[in-house]
Amino acid sequence: MNRFAKSRDKLVPVPSDALIPQRDIDKSPILEARHLGIEFGGLKAVDDFNLTIGRTEIAGLIGPNGAGKTTVFNLLTKVYQPTKGTILIDGIDTHGMNTVQVSKIGVARTFQNIRLFNNLTVEENVKLGMHNQIKYGMVSGILRTPNYWKQERIAHERAMELLSIFDMESLANHKAGSLPYGAQRRLEIVRALGTNPGLLLLDEPAAGMNPSETVELMENIIKIRDTFKIAIMLIEHDMNLVMGICEGICVLNFGKVIAKGSPEDIQSNPVVIEAYLGKKKEG
Amino acid sequence: MKKINIKKTTRSDFITYIGVIIAFVVINTMLNGGMLTRSFSGMLVPICCFIVMAVSLNFTVGILGELSLGHAGFVSIGGFSGVIASQSLATVIESEPVRLLVALVIGALCAAFAGLLVGIPVLRLRGDYLAIVTLAFGEIIKELIKCLYVGIDKKGVRFIFNATGKLTAENLKLDETGEVIINGALGATRTDTISTFTAGFILIMITLIIVLNLTRSRSGRAIMALRDNRIAAESVGINVTKYKLMAFVTSAALAGAAGALYGLNFSGLDSSTFDINMSIEILLMVVFGGLGSIRGSIIAAAIIKLLPEMLRFLESYRMLIYAVILIIVMIATNNPTAKNLIEKIIPKRKKKGAEIDE
Repeated sequence: MNRFAKSRDKLVPVPSDALIPQRDIDKSPILEARHLGIEFGGLKAVDDFNLTIGRTEIAGLIGPNGAGKTTVFNLLTKVYQPTKGTILIDGIDTHGMNTVQVSKIGVARTFQNIRLFNNLTVEENVKLGMHNQIKYGMVSGILRTPNYWKQERIAHERAMELLSIFDMESLANHKAGSLPYGAQRRLEIVRALGTNPGLLLLDEPAAGMNPSETVELMENIIKIRDTFKIAIMLIEHDMNLVMGICEGICVLNFGKVIAKGSPEDIQSNPVVIEAYLGKKKEG
Repeated sequence: MKKINIKKTTRSDFITYIGVIIAFVVINTMLNGGMLTRSFSGMLVPICCFIVMAVSLNFTVGILGELSLGHAGFVSIGGFSGVIASQSLATVIESEPVRLLVALVIGALCAAFAGLLVGIPVLRLRGDYLAIVTLAFGEIIKELIKCLYVGIDKKGVRFIFNATGKLTAENLKLDETGEVIINGALGATRTDTISTFTAGFILIMITLIIVLNLTRSRSGRAIMALRDNRIAAESVGINVTKYKLMAFVTSAALAGAAGALYGLNFSGLDSSTFDINMSIEILLMVVFGGLGSIRGSIIAAAIIKLLPEMLRFLESYRMLIYAVILIIVMIATNNPTAKNLIEKIIPKRKKKGAEIDE
């Protein structure tokens, strides 16, 4: 990655309020967003967003509706090109990259409104996540060369392994569109894991789930982090989930970061309580 | 072997192949036994061509999910380049099957090249816009071929393009052994008819192998992913332009091969055959057989080509009844109320696939 090393030196230094868990401090961060901003015709949807995420951190992004949380995800995955600032993924400057390229360097995501390949089976959905790891071309596929069979077998085994995280192996031959809501959300996570990411972005993973499903999801998110040794960043409105599993939390309001810190800091931060969490009623 | 339980899709593909082979064997036996009427046996090759056209269009419309109304344009390019190839190689390659094969490959390559040229700018468009542009493409190809004069003599193949409308076949300046292959608006005249039913069957099988194997492979999955959800496909690292082009070019190439077979089945070929009506007819076969259903396209193409012939006894009511049948079938297969009614009359037997869906 020498071609990226040069551009790194010229970058604007990030304010040193990075919060990385102790265990990740000696490793380079997976994500560094510096002075990130985007304007839509004069409206600053996200402004001066700085964030550093450690190798195996679980980070939360919270804030009221319309604060720009999903916009941050769209910037990180290059659905939108930032009008200001820099994003470093694994030390690589993503300037000028598109969604496909950032996916290849290790950013995977799920969507707030589920986006699955509904007419394909669960297994095919996961294999599509693994698209760039399956190595055979169009001609091999048509002629069904030995390499096709070998690669497809490996892909099948890997897909089943990934589905087993959520105990979904038995659903492998179902159409993704026919799954119940919760299973669709889980499948999206499995598909994202298929891309072999270093950073997994989850956009409201617990939306529409009941409390017991949410508890299960929390356990699974930690399990994913521990098994794959990856960083996870999530947007969530369920405070039990966020406060329960996130090590660092970033609070966004009107496109600006109003607070960063550990769950305890955030819960007691008066600015956050005012803008988002609300006061507990006495008595 | 590698897999003990055969997948549902594998079984379904197998049925398609077997069905086509059985149909070929039966019809071929009847053909050799002289059991078919002249009009029916004359339709066999065109039906094979239309089956390939329908399957290839289904690849664009059903699998890639983009509406194309210019499929006849690709068929036309394949047809005329196939005719030129076959006629100009007539003295070089003696064996007719080999010449037919070469013509089909050249037809496919020319159509694929056209698909690439058209696809690069056009596939940025979606939905209705893409449909309109492909429609225009089909019409442009038709008019361009009308301006084309091609001839062959001792010195080789000669082309002139009659852009001003003032040139004629005379301007090819062929010597006494020369022969005009394509005569402007009159199209191809005096083509050697070297297409056979067996060639049609082989082309169908090759098309099926390409289309079915592709949809079960990594590339085909990526193409179907674009159809289902483009944004999600990009997010998992699928290159949208690459796979759209791949599907479009494959579809064009198969249409070109079908066109070459079609062109070499008639001694005369006029470019106005490949007009919007033909594109719509192929699209009708695709929709009739079910979007994305390859087996459906084959059956629908055969039925739509044969139906007007079978209804010949109705004389002047023929096309009226034909239209009514199409409408009834469309309603019966797509209308929920009609579907329920049919299921009440004929209880659906439970398939293995249905059990999994519970």
